[in-house]
Parts: sequence; structure tokens; C-alpha cells
Amino acid sequence: MNMMSEAAVEKALDRQMNDISYKMIGKDVSVYYGEKRALYDVNLNVRENTVTALIGPSGCGKSTFLRTLNRMNDTIDGCRVTGRITLDSDDIYDPNIDVVELRARVGMVFQKPNPFPKSIYENVAYGPRIHGLAKAKADMDAIVEQSLQKAGLWNEVKDRLHEGGTGLSGGQQQRLCIARAVAVSPEVILMDEPCSALDPIATAKVEELIHELRANFTIVIVTHSMQQAARVSQRTAMFHLGNLVEENDTDKMFTNPDDQRTQDYIMGRFG
Amino acid sequence: MSISLLLLIIAVIGVAGYLFGSWRANALAGGKLSSLHSRPGYYGSFVAIWSVLPALVVMLVWIIASPIYISSTVRGGFPEEVKATSQAEQNLAYNMIGAISRGLNTLSAEEREAMFADSATARTVLAAKGVPLAADPAPYMLTSADDLNRMTKASGTFLSILVIVAALAGAFVSYRAIAPKFRARNRVEGVMLVSLIAASSIAILTTVGIVASMATEAIHFFNMVPAWEFFFGTTWDPRFAAAGATASSGQFGLIPLLAGTLYIGFVAMLVAVPVGLFAAIYMSEYASRTVRSVAKPLLEVLAGIPTIVYGFFALITVGPFLRDISAQLNGLVTGNYASFIQAQSVLTAGIVMGIMLIPYVSSLSDDIITAVPRALRDGSLGLGATRSETIKRVIMPAALPGIVGALLMTASRAIGETMIVVLAAGVAARMQLNPFEPMTTVTVKIVNQLTGDLEFTSPQTLVAFALGITLFVITLCLNIYALYIVRKYREQYE
Ligand SMILES: Nc1ncnc2c1ncn2[C@@H]1O[C@H](COP(=O)(O)OP(=O)(O)OP(=O)(O)O)[C@@H](O)[C@H]1O
Ligand SMILES: [Mg+2]
Repeated sequence: MNMMSEAAVEKALDRQMNDISYKMIGKDVSVYYGEKRALYDVNLNVRENTVTALIGPSGCGKSTFLRTLNRMNDTIDGCRVTGRITLDSDDIYDPNIDVVELRARVGMVFQKPNPFPKSIYENVAYGPRIHGLAKAKADMDAIVEQSLQKAGLWNEVKDRLHEGGTGLSGGQQQRLCIARAVAVSPEVILMDEPCSALDPIATAKVEELIHELRANFTIVIVTHSMQQAARVSQRTAMFHLGNLVEENDTDKMFTNPDDQRTQDYIMGRFG
Repeated sequence: MSISLLLLIIAVIGVAGYLFGSWRANALAGGKLSSLHSRPGYYGSFVAIWSVLPALVVMLVWIIASPIYISSTVRGGFPEEVKATSQAEQNLAYNMIGAISRGLNTLSAEEREAMFADSATARTVLAAKGVPLAADPAPYMLTSADDLNRMTKASGTFLSILVIVAALAGAFVSYRAIAPKFRARNRVEGVMLVSLIAASSIAILTTVGIVASMATEAIHFFNMVPAWEFFFGTTWDPRFAAAGATASSGQFGLIPLLAGTLYIGFVAMLVAVPVGLFAAIYMSEYASRTVRSVAKPLLEVLAGIPTIVYGFFALITVGPFLRDISAQLNGLVTGNYASFIQAQSVLTAGIVMGIMLIPYVSSLSDDIITAVPRALRDGSLGLGATRSETIKRVIMPAALPGIVGALLMTASRAIGETMIVVLAAGVAARMQLNPFEPMTTVTVKIVNQLTGDLEFTSPQTLVAFALGITLFVITLCLNIYALYIVRKYREQYE
């Protein structure tokens, strides 16, 4: 009940753009891999301190869109992005912008846990060290502890901080990767199917974590699980064949979507 | 019957066996192939194998055994006074008999008669037929040669009969064995397996054989020179003994050679490792696909240049260049235009060997760096690290064990390298630390000790085998260790 009214209010606000604070705004975003076009004029805004879920059948361009948000597509040979994406009204594709700084503000967690072959401590300290966030060792210790705590991993690893990060279980590794991303104090965290390599218990932990992170961060998450989208997100965007089909409140999306294709996809008719 | 004709006959029997075998299997199946254990072709192959293999084995055994038997019979027929002579003289006699027997085959019946009547004419008669003899043959030789001819001929006939019988018998027996439940496929595959094993054994046995022969010669050497004098001796002075002089008059200290080998290898690695590694990093991390597709093969062309070419590059270009430049430098600083780098020096050999090693380092390291999972790269870049930070802090540490392995393999190449050092390092076996002076290596000394007109019984020559086996053991250990490291590193990402 409470939820519904909150959603209703949000929707009302949606009509007056000014009152909602958008963290990132994507306008007419198109992406090409060489000759092949992967995204067609996507207009998608990401709200601050909100979890936005990207859903859609495989190959529809969810990951591609996600990667445009911190310019990870730059690392792919032959990938070209057109349109305009802003982060707090700065155009992130402006030639003057520093990609390094952008990625410090927009962090990323990947589908497969990818801890570095270093100790747990060094994994978390990696980002802060690169960006010079800690002057003294005590500062670094504090950052590492806070990040691990935010990622809900501190209690499990506090006695083995200097053991290898690759020795953790899959779920722990993924939370370590989240801690690693959190340690740089980004404003936005992008997650590309962060639970697809995890078992249900580890998944539940990560989902819970996403809930908590929402207070401090803006989160965009790609997922194949409708249940997960429904559980963790407030806004959902549906992609199909490189087009943004519909973007709406999660509750509305899963009960009464505006677009027939969304309905079909959620009912499991394709994809 | 000639051997090739015999082989042809075996082949024909084999093909026929194949056809009959498949045909019979088909007939047995009566249109229902599922009632057979194997497909008809396997029955055919089974018969073919049984026709060919035993016949070939018989043939091989006969070809090896019959000359031995014939030779011992003929020698057994030598007159007593010949038997009393030395083995070498008997060999000479036997060789002459062999020549006469070849000559005899070309003579007509009358010429034969005439020659047997007067053995003194044999030399001229046979020379006219194109068979030169070293001396006038003794009378018994003519009869022996005749015996030899007779036995060879009989042996040939017997061989033909035996082989054809073996082929036919094999074909017959195996043909009879064909029955629907007969497991022809398993038998055929068994033979296949055995031949595959045989092929790999040849490679392994060759290696073992080489090592064994080196080891035997090395043991001969160590019987003449004590092992500790060789391994711990600091003087290399083999002193080529003049004919007749006592053999064990040289000093065979390994240490100066080993020092030279390691020093030159070290200089080479100093050149090859940074250049090769940087090239690999550029290729794998920075170069665009187009640059990579052109530059990588070009770099690897370096690896295809024969090392002798590097050798004279060192001898003709690099050595004199270093010498002249050192003279200029010396002149500028002291006014004395004497070169302090010799044309043949540790530096020359090391630099050129380093150039040779660059492609090994770069292509091995490139493979290893590329094998670091993309996920690690993305993870680092996604945290806002720059490319060079990513390389320095994530990729290189992850690739390090593999790269160390690659470098060890490269080092073992440097140690075993011969042609460059032969031409560019010099031959003076000295222990010193100045890289501008010539030094020599184990491989150079192996070449030195084995070239020239020497008997293979003096320590001066045999030391080459001791050096060879030492080198072999060193490179083998390096390679095994490198493989071990590389394998351990692979497991990390699987
Ligand atoms: N590196 C690449 N090079 C070329 N084409 C690519 C590349 N990455 C993605 N594509 C193409 O772009 C389209 C969108 O891919 P994307 O990875 O964004 O899909 P997705 O929605 O994330 O799919 P999934 O749910 O399977 O992860 C696909 O057709 C894909 O083939
Ligand atoms: Mg994807």
C-alpha cells in the first residue's frame, strides 16, 4: 500500500521533469560495432539514488548501453558511440573529459567475479591507491574496512585480509568486486548481471546489498531474472533489438506495462 | 626376384586381401550390416594387414640375417693361413671376394673358365669389366667368390618363396577367421595404435640414443681425465698432442668456458629481455589490430633468420662498428685513438645474440600477456585505472610467472647458441669480467675440439662429448623448470 502510493507520487513527479533529479541522462544514444549497429537512438534517464534495472532478451543491447555509461566501450576495437550522455549535466563524451575520472565516478561490477590475483586487501585498495584517495596507511585501512563492510563481506574476511582474493567463493568474490568498486566512492555503480554466476544464497546476499547501497549510490543493473528486477529495482527499462521499448516504474512494468512487447517478454513469450 | 618386385607382389596380395575380406564380410551379412560386429571395410583391412605385415617382417629379418650367415660361411671356408691373420686383413680379403663376385656375374662362361684356369689374369679381366681390384687375388678367393654368388642367389630365391608364402598364408588364415561376431575393428585399431606408438617411440628412442652415445664417449673421457678436474678446473688448455705424444697432457677446466657462456648469455638477455618485453606489451596492449597484424609477423621473421647469418652480421658489422666507435670515444676523451672494445668480444656476441633472442622473448611473452583474462583488464579499467597502470599493476603481476618461464626458455637457447659465438666471441678461454675482451663458450670449444683431423680416442676430442652432455643437462634443467612454471601459471586461470 505504502509502496503503491510512493510509486503513484513518483509517477506524478515524472510529468514535471524538473522535480526529479536525474543522475545520468542519455539522449539519442546509438552504438555501432564496426558496421553493425547495436543500439538505436536510446533515450534513457537514470534517477539519483534509485536502482534502475535493464531487462530484455539476449543480444538486445543491455550490456552495450550499460557500458556507454562509463565509456567502457572505448576499450573495444571498432566501437563507436553517438548521441549525448550526461553525468550531472557534464557530457561524458566531451573530448575534454578525463575517462579515468569518469570511471572513478561511475564504477562497474561485471558478470563474472573478476578479483585481481592479489590479496583481498590489495583488491579493495587498488582503486583508492590509483586515485590517491588515502594518504596514510591508516586511511587506507579505514577505506578497506568501510568498503568491505558496505559490501557485507567484512565479517567473513576480516581475519584473512592478506590472503588471495581468488581463494574466496564465487559469491564472496562478487561482493569483493562490489567492495572494490565502492572503495573509490563512485556516484553511480553499473552492474552487468552481477548474480548470474552465483547460487541462490549468494544471490540473495548481493540483492540485499544492492538494496542497502541504494542509499548512497545510484545503481544501474542488467539482469535476466524478472524476479530479481522486481525485487531490487524501482525503475525498469526494457530493451528489444537495440531499441528501448519502455521505461517505467518497476511495479507498473510488472503489473500493467504500456507496451505489448514488454508484456510478452515478462510473460515469457520470447527471449 | 628383386626386392621392389617382391614388395609389389605383397602390395597386390594386400589389396586383393582387402577386397576379398570386405566382400566376404558383405556376403556373410547378407544385406544386414547390423549382424556384423564391424563394418565390412574393417574385415578387409584386417585381411590386408595380415597379408602384408607378416610378409614384411619375414622379409626384413631375412634381409638382415642372410648376409650375416653368408659372410660367416664364406669366412669359415678361408684357408687356415688366412684365418690366422688379423681381423682387419680378413676383412680386406672378404671385401675383395665381394668385388670379385660382382665381377664374376658380368663374365661369359668362356671368360670364367679362362679366369679360373689362371687366377693371375683375374685383375685385368675384371678391370676390363669395370671392377677394379686392389691386388691380384689369391686362387682361393675365386672359389670363395663363386660360393658367395651361389649362396646369394639361393638366398634370394628362398626369400621370394618365403615372403610370398607368408603373405598368402596370412591372407588365407585371416580370411578364414572372418565371421559375423569376429571383432575386426578392434584388431585393426590395435594395429593402428601399435604403429602410432612405434612412431613416437622412434622420436623418444632417438633422443635416448643421442644422450646415450654422448654419455658413453663422455665416460671414456672421464676415464682419462678425472671428473673433478673437468668440472672444477679453472684452466682450459687441451694442448693438441702432436702424433705420438702422450695423450693426457692437457688441462680441461670447464669453469672458464662456463663463465664465458653465462657472461655472454647474460649480456644477450640484457638486450633481449627489455626490448622483447616492451615489444610484447606494445603488441598485446596498445597496437591496433592492423598494426599488430603487420608488425607481429615482421618481428617473427627475425626468428627465422639462420643464426650463422647473425654470426657474420656480428663479425662484419657489429664487431668492427663497436671497435671503431670505442676508438673514437677514446680519442675524444684521451686523445689516444686506440680502441678499447675488441671486434670479437663478449659485448659483440652478447648484443647480436640478444637481437636474435628478441623475437623469442616477445612472441612468448605476447602469448602469455594475451592469455591474461580480459575480465581482469576490464576490472582494472572499470575502476578508473589508465592503461599503463593496468599493465603495471594487474597484467604484469598476473603474467609474471609465465613470463619468467618464457625467459628461462630463452636463456636455455642463449646457452646452447653456437654460430654467433663461434664467429663473434673469440676462442680464448679466459676468466675475466671485462665485456670488451673476447671470451669463449662451451659451444665454441665443442666446435673447436671436433674440427680438424683428429682421432676419436684422445681426450682432446672426447672432451667435446663431456662438454656436450654438460650443456645438455644445463639446458634440460632450465627447460624443465620453465615448463613447470608455465604449467603452474596456466592452471591459475582454468
Ligand atoms: N565486442 C563486440 N563486437 C561486435 N559486436 C558486439 C560486441 N559486443 C556486443 N555486440 C553485439 O551487439 C549486440 C548487443 O550486445 P549486448 O552484449 O549489448 O547484448 P545483451 O543485451 O547484453 O545480451 P546478453 O543478455 O546476452 O548479455 C549483439 O547483437 C552483439 O552481437
Ligand atoms: Mg550482456
